[in-house]
Amino acid sequence: MSDRVAPVTTAATPDPHAKSHWRNQRASAIAMLPLGFWFLYMLLNLPALDHATVIAWIADPLQALLLLLFAFCALWHSALGVQVVVEDYVGGRLYAPTARLLKLAHWAAGIAIAWAIWVIAVGSA
Amino acid sequence: MSSHDRPLSPHLQVYRLAFTTVLSGLHRISGLALSAASLLLVGWLVAAASGPQAYATAIRWFSSVPARLVLVAALGAFWYHLFNGLRHMAWDAGLGFEKSATRRSGLVVVGMTVLASILTLAPAWRFFWAWP
Repeated sequence: MSDRVAPVTTAATPDPHAKSHWRNQRASAIAMLPLGFWFLYMLLNLPALDHATVIAWIADPLQALLLLLFAFCALWHSALGVQVVVEDYVGGRLYAPTARLLKLAHWAAGIAIAWAIWVIAVGSA
Repeated sequence: MSSHDRPLSPHLQVYRLAFTTVLSGLHRISGLALSAASLLLVGWLVAAASGPQAYATAIRWFSSVPARLVLVAALGAFWYHLFNGLRHMAWDAGLGFEKSATRRSGLVVVGMTVLASILTLAPAWRFFWAWP
């Protein structure tokens, strides 16, 4: 095995991140229960989906904060889940770049959402 | 990040598809679908932040027939992943491991998913009607 490759994970030498991954996946799942219900409830109870209504919703600081929290937990939970799928189905040389790319995509999505909420909540305050 | 000289899993073709196998696969598929759907949330919020014109363009996009189908599918995936996630939490707590129990809890998850999807599809449809 070349030096650029990390040691193979086996039962005898477990991945040091395995335990925290498992715990984070459960923690984010538990967080998603109330946040997921909240998001769907708010979305489906908006009087309309026009620009003014959506802006008015997110301009409320508490709503903006909850939306940010929802998006953060959703992307966190998604990143952990996607990583497991990549571990299971993408092997060899493709594994590392695929895992890195998808992690980056989650960060990009999170930053874009945070930017949008910031612009709406602060810009229209 | 650890590398992957370890074996891939699972070799789908060696398994006989059972009800619980399908549900297990659906948990992953619905999870991935929701991950993809998060891009719709990004598009929606970024468009809203970019102004009324960009938002109108986004809504025109969302109101296309394929996009509507994707949104309905995402709603179903949301409920399935949520209810089946609760089932996973019960397993984490050591509950319901018997073969008959996994079957029964699986049926409950499917039933709840169908019910919740129908109940939430009605308010979602109201937006679809209002769309161009």
